[in-house]
Amino acid sequence: MATTQRVDPDCPPRKNGMSLVFDNISKIVGDEVHIQSMNLRLESGSFNTLLGRTGAGKTTMLRLMAGLDRPSSGRILMGGRDVTTVAVRRRNVAMVYQQFINYPNFTVYKNMASPLEVAGVDLEEIRQRVGRVAEMMHLEDYLDRLPAELSGGQQQRVALARALVKEADLLLLDEPLVNLDFKLREELRIELRNPLADSGAIVVYATAEPQEALALGGNTIIVDQGRILQQGLAAEVYRRPESVRTARLVGDPPMNMVEGTIGDATLRLGTADPVEVPEHLLTLSDGPYVFGVRPHHVRTMSSGTAEIEIGARVGLAEISGSETSVHFEYAGAPWVSLQDGVHPRGVDDPIGIYVEPRRIFAFDTGGALLAAPGNDSEAPVA
Amino acid sequence: MKTENNRAWFLVLPVFALVAFSAIVPLMTVVNYSVQDIFGPDDRVFVGAEWYREILQDDRLQQGLLRQFVFSFAILLIEIPLGIAVALAMPRRGRLASLTLVVLALPLLIPWNVVGTIWQIFGRADIGLGGVLVTALGVDYNYAANPFDAWATVLVMDVWHWTSLVALLCFSGLKAIPDAYYQAAKIDGASAWAVFRFVQLPKLKNVLLIAVLLRFMDSFMIYSEPFVLTGGGPGNSTTFLSQTLARLAVGQFDLGPAAAFSLIYFLIILLFCWLFYTTMMQLGRGSQQ
Amino acid sequence: MARIELAHLAHSYLGKPAEEGDYALRPTSHVWEDGVAYALLGPSGCGKTTLLNIMSGLLRPTSGRVLFDGRDVTDLPTEDRNIAQVFQFPVVYDTMSVFDNLAFPLRNRKTPEAEIRSRIEEVAEILDLASCLRQRAGTLASDARQKISMGRGLVRTDVSAILFDEPLTVIDPHLKNSLRRKLGEVHRESRLTLIYVTHDQTEALTFADRVVVMHEGEIVQADTPQALFERPAHTFVGHFVGSPGMNFLSCEVDGGCAVVDGRRIRLADDTAMDGAKQGDRWELGVRPMFLELVFERPTEGVPVRITHVEDLGSSKIVTATTGGGNLKVRVGGEEEIRDGSAWVVFPPEQSLLYRNSRLCGKSAAGQP
Repeated sequence: MATTQRVDPDCPPRKNGMSLVFDNISKIVGDEVHIQSMNLRLESGSFNTLLGRTGAGKTTMLRLMAGLDRPSSGRILMGGRDVTTVAVRRRNVAMVYQQFINYPNFTVYKNMASPLEVAGVDLEEIRQRVGRVAEMMHLEDYLDRLPAELSGGQQQRVALARALVKEADLLLLDEPLVNLDFKLREELRIELRNPLADSGAIVVYATAEPQEALALGGNTIIVDQGRILQQGLAAEVYRRPESVRTARLVGDPPMNMVEGTIGDATLRLGTADPVEVPEHLLTLSDGPYVFGVRPHHVRTMSSGTAEIEIGARVGLAEISGSETSVHFEYAGAPWVSLQDGVHPRGVDDPIGIYVEPRRIFAFDTGGALLAAPGNDSEAPVA
Repeated sequence: MKTENNRAWFLVLPVFALVAFSAIVPLMTVVNYSVQDIFGPDDRVFVGAEWYREILQDDRLQQGLLRQFVFSFAILLIEIPLGIAVALAMPRRGRLASLTLVVLALPLLIPWNVVGTIWQIFGRADIGLGGVLVTALGVDYNYAANPFDAWATVLVMDVWHWTSLVALLCFSGLKAIPDAYYQAAKIDGASAWAVFRFVQLPKLKNVLLIAVLLRFMDSFMIYSEPFVLTGGGPGNSTTFLSQTLARLAVGQFDLGPAAAFSLIYFLIILLFCWLFYTTMMQLGRGSQQ
Repeated sequence: MARIELAHLAHSYLGKPAEEGDYALRPTSHVWEDGVAYALLGPSGCGKTTLLNIMSGLLRPTSGRVLFDGRDVTDLPTEDRNIAQVFQFPVVYDTMSVFDNLAFPLRNRKTPEAEIRSRIEEVAEILDLASCLRQRAGTLASDARQKISMGRGLVRTDVSAILFDEPLTVIDPHLKNSLRRKLGEVHRESRLTLIYVTHDQTEALTFADRVVVMHEGEIVQADTPQALFERPAHTFVGHFVGSPGMNFLSCEVDGGCAVVDGRRIRLADDTAMDGAKQGDRWELGVRPMFLELVFERPTEGVPVRITHVEDLGSSKIVTATTGGGNLKVRVGGEEEIRDGSAWVVFPPEQSLLYRNSRLCGKSAAGQP
């Protein structure tokens, strides 16, 4: 799982398709460092998400992969060949953007067919490939329409379909759903997962939303300040974040953090009363730690078992439709409790907060993970 | 796969050659002429800044320059506000809008010397519709004899010819203002004047800059229309700079002074365009985000 | 301050609307109570903005009346309606200072300069604009500019309601939360009627005391966030509010129970099928989080086959197939899910019955 280690660029790709390798890539514009000595290997046919906040370097990475930008230093290898200086139109790349970019005066069919026509594919094959992708993207009934006659969601489907039909080696998506209505976004990301994963290309999907990365699954690459913090299956990164920074990035709302200590066989979370050290933290020696708790494990109702109890006042209750997140301050840090259901709460209302010790993550004071809570059973997920 | 290199700039070479041929080479020829006295193909003398000195002290140039400034500023003062007013009064959408656009564009499609001829006839007090009308109102009007009448006719002609351009530019600028701005102004209870002053005018800044630059450059170089209409007269009252220059170069074949004149002319236009540009950018600074 | 009443309002952008589909807003009656924070929630193109523009007077309805405190204002122009509106993207007068922007609506209404000054100071304080009053509005970032557009509504003492048309669309995600919080504060301090249009359920439910949900030109439910979640009045509300949306299984009804795939499911309300008619379309609605997935045969339950598990970390969304259609079940992120057969148990308290897409029974009382 450690990804910051150096990859061997000369090692041939494991599968017989294309692999994409970033070999010590840096991108510096002026005196701003966008990407800092990055090493990365993406296998042929893999589905990858880049997860990071706005400005973390996701778009820069995509542009470097596409060949739209050249790195300041380092090499980019595609199927073992150095393509660092190869022009974008000579790479077999498809890209989808935040904006719905289609040819306004072409029908949906022509929009999808155009990359193939340019490539000189024969008409019958074009017809077949467009038909297949149109069906996959639920566009069969709109092939004769112009983009302007479609809704935003359909327009973006057309852009996605055009990228898919090209059957490129590398399919890059830069927050493609961010400009869509909330509900549509939720539906489309479920719908997209299979066509993208089955496309055979190296798919790289950039997103700023942890929920999106988790819903899409696949190999998640956590990007922060131009560096890769961690890489692995989305749910695994979520359950074993290697550092405080990753823990906060993978999760919305982010993981709650507070300083605390272990000593005399007790654990003290922030300013709360000490409790017995839970089983998964028994190996830790006495001393100061940074403890983390996921928002959905910070409860506003006691479950009756041995818990840490915290008194707080409601800062803001955010209601998402089926969940309520209560923001409050604990020991000087912003905390959030995420609970099922809709529970309106007034600002400044006093509130009892309960944390089960078995749900606590422990980090050293430098921010590296020491112990994570186990699953209810350690068996792998279906 | 082919590796990228820096050879792409070869592709720009033809353009360079073309620009050099069309602009730089003739300009350098003018520079060359302006510092020499030429008697024949093999008989030329380097005279340094002599021609410049002569031209700058020349009465004709000084008066032409003055006239030119008065003319250019007068038409800017008339055409810009008038063009904005026309644009504001135009219907925004529907068939009427297209019709208005076509009608407005008509004067722009007429060749310049034809415009001069049209007005030459139109303004005649004996047979021209305009001239007859003005005379019928009791005004003693004759553009061929009276310098004031000549000036007025040239100005009106230019306004007729070119206000459409300003109006069309402003119209496109106005169309680009989102509805929300008008709606917000309504909600704020803004008067029509306030909407113009605080919504439309600031948003028109960029097209107005283009309009001012275009109209200034064009009017500063005006030649055909007054030449056809008045021939620069009566006297020299409507002889603008370009006419003075043409007389010098073509009429008298004084190539050296004419070349020096052209360069000074060119520099003046450049200077004023820069002035307009920086002032207007300064005025609207911060309004573009 | 005012109570805004919409009486049989309808609007069509076509000259001569012939059929129902020609209407952007179908005949609607609704009352916006004074001093309440409302959200108007619905997908793009559902008629939200049309409704908003009719209230603010930017649009004249094809039919129906708009009443402010009982006074008919349908034919009054915007400027005489005492209403303020904040648009999707910040509308500020670029060339004016922030102060002049805020003063603009007051000066247009000939308010004395001393009063203007004191109002602006007050409002700038609430909106955190006090430090940049002298700055030119055009030079500020989009969130500050959106606050100015809000401020121009707030400074007016005559305003009875402020309408927000998706005001956070162009605001950076990390600034959205603080602006949202600011809006809540503004409401608590001003007690103005606020109507907030959005397609984002979190924005709507967090902001509003009452949420009005629109669907295809109609108001389908106007209720508290809690009621939208627990008792969606229309299948669309169930689907649109909540992630993932509510499950709907087509069913038959029989003696106070819903019958799915030959299995009887007890309902929250056994009067639900009173007044049933031939040809009614019945659906059973239940939220994914209320369903229980068990792997040992329960006494009451529907057998399912698990076809997909989506691991969201904090929870897992399980897609299960029954004879009546697909179901989504939300389980805890720590739970271990096996592929294959299982049973889904429907909790009677949260199992709702829908007839022709509308919630029926006692629980549906009080809906529009």
